[in-house]
This record gives sequence, structure tokens and C-alpha cells, in this order.
Amino acid sequence: MRSTFLSTLLDVAKHNDKIFLLCGDLGYSVLEPFAAAFPQRFLNVGIAEQNMIAVASGLAKEGYNVFVYSLGNFPTLRCLEQIRYDVCYHNLSVKVVAVGGGYSYGPLGTSHHTTEDFGVLRTLPRMRVAAPGDPHETAAITRYYGSLAGPGYLRLNKTGEFCVHPQSLEPVGPTTYCLKKGKTTAVLANGSMLQDVFQDPRFELNQWALFSVPFVKPMDLDWLVGLAQEFEELISLEEHQLSCGFGSALAEGLMDLYSQGKISRVPRLKRVAIPDVFVEHSGSQAYLKATVGLKL
Amino acid sequence: MNSPLKPWGKQIDARSLRRTILQMAWAGGSVHLGSSFSLVELVAVLYQHFIRLNWADRNDDARDILALSKGHGVMALYACFREFGWLNDADIQGYFSPKNHLKGLSSAHVPGIEVSGGSLGHGITVSTGMALASKLKGSDRRVFALLGDGEMNEGSVWESLLFAAHHQLNRLFVIVDSNRFQAMGESSLILNMGSLKQKFEAFGFEVIEVDGHNVADLQNAFERLVTSTDPRPKALVAHTIKGKGVSFMENNNDWHYLRLTEETYQAALGELSP
Repeated sequence: MRSTFLSTLLDVAKHNDKIFLLCGDLGYSVLEPFAAAFPQRFLNVGIAEQNMIAVASGLAKEGYNVFVYSLGNFPTLRCLEQIRYDVCYHNLSVKVVAVGGGYSYGPLGTSHHTTEDFGVLRTLPRMRVAAPGDPHETAAITRYYGSLAGPGYLRLNKTGEFCVHPQSLEPVGPTTYCLKKGKTTAVLANGSMLQDVFQDPRFELNQWALFSVPFVKPMDLDWLVGLAQEFEELISLEEHQLSCGFGSALAEGLMDLYSQGKISRVPRLKRVAIPDVFVEHSGSQAYLKATVGLKL
Repeated sequence: MNSPLKPWGKQIDARSLRRTILQMAWAGGSVHLGSSFSLVELVAVLYQHFIRLNWADRNDDARDILALSKGHGVMALYACFREFGWLNDADIQGYFSPKNHLKGLSSAHVPGIEVSGGSLGHGITVSTGMALASKLKGSDRRVFALLGDGEMNEGSVWESLLFAAHHQLNRLFVIVDSNRFQAMGESSLILNMGSLKQKFEAFGFEVIEVDGHNVADLQNAFERLVTSTDPRPKALVAHTIKGKGVSFMENNNDWHYLRLTEETYQAALGELSP
């Protein structure tokens, strides 16, 4: 995902001289091609994330669309107030890109586990929150952010993800993808969870549908109305804490639609997410996901 | 070329600005009088002589920037805006009344205010990014960031100073309204910053210390900084008096919080009369 992000951003920047890339001294062996191609539009600001977001805001005030690349919690939680007040309050074109979503840096421990980012960022007005499920979604969201005025957040996994979609996608912005048809249950996968469940043999029974839902915010409410009408049960999957994440956004959306009279019944919603814990032992991403019960 | 960008040029009387601040604070029941009074001469000298604006187009991209990082001093900016005709008497008298657009802390949604403050350690960092953009574009625009000495407690300030020096942002002018007080008392007793001049020098800035209420000295100091050919970013440490201009407010930190009464308003107005 991270190499797809970078190669896509390189292409976007060739056609748009307002694209700027900042990094917080992370991105070794990933960002160099951008730095070489656009030395005037790349800067490693050092290990100083508050200043990084604020400098991005200053550049955005001067007309740039600034991508800020770092790892997990550093360009998000570490500088949350700068994202809120310097970026979102002024609706500035700053796109925060975090590599290492979820447990993708599993062995490094809790400092590098990115498992609360959706929750803190989706409460910020004007912020978009996305976690792509494969390289094609990564490219489409990167292109969309490249042409979007205002703030956005892109959570990347790491590297080695396979392509779920057979071909490249249009950069249409927040959308959902129906990948397998079914009748009773809709499985809604966000981010890296799509990789885990795509080849689950239970989809062959044609009872379960599979959707990829990269955007946690904004939530497509029209799509949600259709789901509520069509399925008895929804299962959400995310590599994030149970509270305030993707499943929470679905639950809020369904409740709002019901209370507004736009749906007459609410389907059962089973939320697969991290059960409000830190994992205090080491392990691979797959191992840690299994440990906390992130499975279909 | 005849640039439309120029400073205000006309006399900005510090006493008149303080009267406006006092009227606003009285009308709105606002706090932060002491914090606004300490930086009056600073903003008066900057606007009169050094901040080059297009007075027919406030949004001219080439204009100089004043970022009030210590957003709680914002009434001093409103007072200047009244001199420019950007605010009228109704705006001033209606401070904090419903639908009045002027907030108690600097917000860039108010026309004329460039960068939002209020939360400390933001204005300096955002304006550093603007100074970087100017440098990349080859522009000579000036970016002034006005901080409080208490604000220098914030870690983000020091992140941005390192950044500004590393990138030789020599059109960035960091100004410290050093009134020696912060919210809960004397800075030297809360988190002693020691010599700000020495710290700026150690961080790679060209620095001048000055009496922040002496208009002639301020003008000379800014003149030296804006005409300097030194590649380093600039800092001005202005030694000021919190509450300057009203005897019973000077160096009395209660006036960070106190609201005016009829009695104190009249007494202060008497001291600030033309």
C-alpha cells in the first residue's frame, strides 16, 4: 500500500504543481523517489509532529495541497490539536497519511499500534477518514485526495497487500464496493480486514455478501438504507478499538436513519473490533489480530 | 514598479488604541486587559511602519503577515482595525453581544486576522509554514509572529524555532511580548525561561532586545531587522509591562482575569484620556 500510495502521489504531483509532501523523518526507502522528482515540494521536517502539521497548514494557506506522511500515532494523536485547530477549523488542504495502520508494526509494541485513530479523527468537523483495503483503493483515494480541497486522513497498512479489485478504480471519493453477492448477511470490511476475509470459503455458499468500505467518514447513508432493507444481519470488521470506530459509525448511522423514519427496521449489527484492550505482548500483525479476536 | 503594498503610514496613537481596548473590555465584560495593553506599542509600530498591506484589497496574496500567536491580546488588533476603518463603533460597542463576529481570542475567520491563536504555540508554527512557502516562491514578504513570553513554555514553539533556523527563514520575525507574567503569576516563578535573547541566539536567530513601550526604539529595532542581510531568522525580545498605561493594572496579574466595574472603568478612562 505504501509503495502504491507513493507512486500514485508521484503521478498526481506531475500534473498538479500544488502537491507538497512533508514527512516527519519517517518513510526511509519509500519517499525518496518523490524527493528526487520534486525537491522543491518535499521536506523532511524532522521529528517534530506538532510543527509538521502547523507548517503543513501554513503551506496550505499559501495554496498548496499538503500530504503529511508519518507513522501511525505520530501524525495523528501526537498532534491532534494542531489537526483540529490549524487544519480542520480553517478547512485547509492537508492530507494526513499514516503508514502502519492497526497492528501492521505488531512486533514493535503499543507505541506503534495504530488502533484509536478513526475514533479521534472522525469527531473532527470537515475531516474525512479512510483506510483502503487493497492497492487499487489506495490509489483511488490518493488521487481523490490530490484533487480535494480540505482535510483528509488516509490510514495505510504497510506492504505486501494483494489486489482484491481486478482493476484500477475511479477516484470518486467516499464509496463502497460490493465484491460478493449474498442474501442474509452483509459483511462490511474496512481497511486491512478486507485482505483477511476476501478468500473466506463461506462466501461461496452465496448467503453472505461482502462489501469493502474504505471510508469511515463520511458514511454513505443511502447505501446504508439499502443494506438495512436487504439484509437481516450486518457484520462489521475493523482493525480498530470497538468504541468510536467503523462499527460505531455504522451503528450511529443506522440509529439515525431509524429515528428519522428512513428505515423501518434496524438489522442486527455484529461489530468485530478490538475489545477495548492494549496488547502487551509482541507478535506479527496476523497473530495480534487473532489474539484480540479480529476474525469473521 | 509601483507596488500597492505599503504600511499604514499614518500616526497610530498608542493611547488611542488603549482607549479602544478599554471600551471593548467594558462593553463586552472581557478579561485579558493586561495582556492586550502590553503589546499596544508593538502592533502600533508594526502597522504604522512595517506591515505592508494593499489597503484596497486586504486579501492581496503578496501582503505581509502579522500572526498574533498570543491570541488573548487580540483586542489590541481590533483597536488597530478600528483605526483602519475595518471595524466601526458598533463592532466595538457590541463586543461579545450576540452575532458580533469578534471573538475573545484571535480567530482567522475575522477579516484582518491572519492566523488563529487562542491555543498557544499555534500562530508561530503556522506562520513558520507561511514563511517557508514565501521563501520557496522567492517572495520577500515579511511574516511577523507575535508571542507572549508565557507562550514560550509550549514545546511546539521550540520545534518551530529549530525549523525556522534550519531553513534560514530570514523573512520570519518572531516577536516576544515579554511582560514577565503568565496566567497564574510571574513566569520566573512558574517556569523560568531565563534569557530569551540567549536562547534565540543559541537556536540560530539574529536577536534584538528592546523596550517594548519605547516607540522610537521599537522603530529602530524593526528597521534594523527588516533591512538586515543576515541569513538567519529574526527575533525581537520586547520587554514590556503587563497592564501598561493604567497605573493600577501595571504589573498586577489580576488584570489577566478581572472585569471592569463602573469605578475601575472610569478611573482607567481618566488615565487614558487624550
